[in-house]
Amino acid sequence: MSDERTLQIQQISAHPGTVPGQGAQREVEVAKYIDVTTCIGCKACEVACVEWNDHPFRETTFDNTYQTMPTTEWNYYNLIKFVEHERDGNFMWLMRKDQCMHCADPGCLRACPADGAIVQYENGIVDFQQENCIGCGYCISGCPFDIPKFNPKTKKVFKCTLCSDRVGQGLEPACIKACPTGCLHFGTKSDMVALANTRAKQLREQSGFQNAGVYDPQSIGGTHVIYVLHDATQPELYGGLPSNPQIPPSYTGWKWLAKPAGLVMAALGLLAVFFHRVAVGPKLPQPEEPPPAEAQPDTIEAKRKEKP
Amino acid sequence: MDRRTFIKTTIVGGAAVSAFGFNLTQVRAQTQALKIARTTETRSTCPYCSVSCGVIIHTIGDRAKNTTPQVVHVEGDPDHPINRGTLCPKGASLEQDILNERRLVKPQVRRPGSDHWEDISWDDAINEIAQKVKKTRDETFVEQDQSGHTVNRCEGIGWSGGCTDTNELNFLAVKTMRSMGVCYFETQARV
Repeated sequence: MSDERTLQIQQISAHPGTVPGQGAQREVEVAKYIDVTTCIGCKACEVACVEWNDHPFRETTFDNTYQTMPTTEWNYYNLIKFVEHERDGNFMWLMRKDQCMHCADPGCLRACPADGAIVQYENGIVDFQQENCIGCGYCISGCPFDIPKFNPKTKKVFKCTLCSDRVGQGLEPACIKACPTGCLHFGTKSDMVALANTRAKQLREQSGFQNAGVYDPQSIGGTHVIYVLHDATQPELYGGLPSNPQIPPSYTGWKWLAKPAGLVMAALGLLAVFFHRVAVGPKLPQPEEPPPAEAQPDTIEAKRKEKP
Repeated sequence: MDRRTFIKTTIVGGAAVSAFGFNLTQVRAQTQALKIARTTETRSTCPYCSVSCGVIIHTIGDRAKNTTPQVVHVEGDPDHPINRGTLCPKGASLEQDILNERRLVKPQVRRPGSDHWEDISWDDAINEIAQKVKKTRDETFVEQDQSGHTVNRCEGIGWSGGCTDTNELNFLAVKTMRSMGVCYFETQARV
C-alpha cells in the first residue's frame, strides 16, 4: 500500500530546479457512499460480498421481513436492513445497507487490547488482523454500530474489510461494483461527501424530503461509509442507526486512564522493590540466636525491634 | 562474550535497527492478497435473464498448457455497455453456477402426475422430446385457417431462447422451428 509513496522522488542528481511531483498531495482517504433513497433492496451487494470473501452460502433466518437475517454475521459482513415505514399515510421501504462504518475514531480499535489485531490504514479502512486477534470480544462491545461478530469455531472476530485487498490494488469494493441501481459509490472521502450533499439537496428541493441529509456522524470523527437518508433527523428509523454514536466511555476510561495508571503502579512497585533491595538489602536467613540474657518481658514490640 | 559486550551489542544493535528504518508496523498490517491478481480474465455473458449483462470470469493460471483452469471469481464487466460492471444478486452469484455441488449436471424428468424427478439418459431424453414434438405437431398442425388461407402452422409448440444464445444457435433455432411450422418463438434476449 505504501509502495507508491516510498518510491516518490525526493532528490535528483544534477537536476536544476525543483523536484517534479514533490509536495503534490493526493487524497488517500476513501469512502463508501450509500444512497438509501435509491436502494431497491436487491441484495446484489450482499451476494457480491459473500462471493468475494469466499464465504459459504449459509442458511438464513427470517423475522417476518424481507431481510436476509436479523443481523450481520461473522461470515456475512453486509446486510440490507428492510424497515417498513409509513410516511404521510403511504407505505415505504427504508432499505439500509448495514456494514462496518469504518469510523475515523474506531471504537473497536480503541477497545482492543491485542497488539496489532485492529489497524486503521491511512485511507481510513479499519481492518481486523485475525492472526493477532485474541478473541476477547472487547471490539464487539466497543462498536457503536454492533458490527464485529465472533466466530465461535476459530475464536476470532470478523467484520467488513471494505475490501482492503481490492482497494489496496486500486479496485473498488465488491459491493460497490455490483450495485445495479448505482445507489452505492466509491471514491475519495471528499468526493463522496460532495456527492452526498448534492443528492441530499436534490431530495430536499425536488423530491419533497425536507429533512433529507447526510449521515457522517462527527461524534466519532466521521465515518468512511456515509449515508444519504430521507430523514437525517431520525437515523434510528433505519434499523437502529444511532443519531449520535458514542464509543462506550468505559473503554476510553479503561484504555486512557485505568490501563496507564495500572502500568504506572506496576512500575512504581518494581521501583520500590529495586530501592528496597538497594537500601535494605536482601533478606538473608537469620542464624538462630539465643535469647538475650536480659530478662525482658517477651512482647511483640520487643521482637519487632530486634529484627534487622 | 562477557556481560558488558553483550549489553553493548544489544544497545548498539537495537539503536541501529530503529535508526535505519525497520518499521515493524508495516509488517504487522498486511491486507489479504488480491485473489484475482494474476488470474486469466475471460469475458462472457450472464445466462440468466434477458438483460444479458457482461461478466468477467476469473480462472486460475495464465492459460499455460499445463494448467487446468478453474473458476475462482466472477464479477461484472466494466467495459460492457449494458451493465458497466454491475450485477444483480443472481448474476453476482454466478461463480456458484459453476462450482456449487448442487448444480444440475444430468437430465432429469418429472412425469405427469409424479411428485419427484427421476434420472434419464441423454439419449432417452432426446428421443422422448422428439416423440413429443412429433405428437404435438401432428395434433396441432393447421394447414388452412378459417377463411381458407394456407397457413401451414404448428400452434401447439413454442420456443424460447436464452440471452447467451449465439447468432449461429439462433439461426439454427429459427430454421428448425420454421421447418416445423412453429410461429411462437422468442429469443428472450433484449440486447
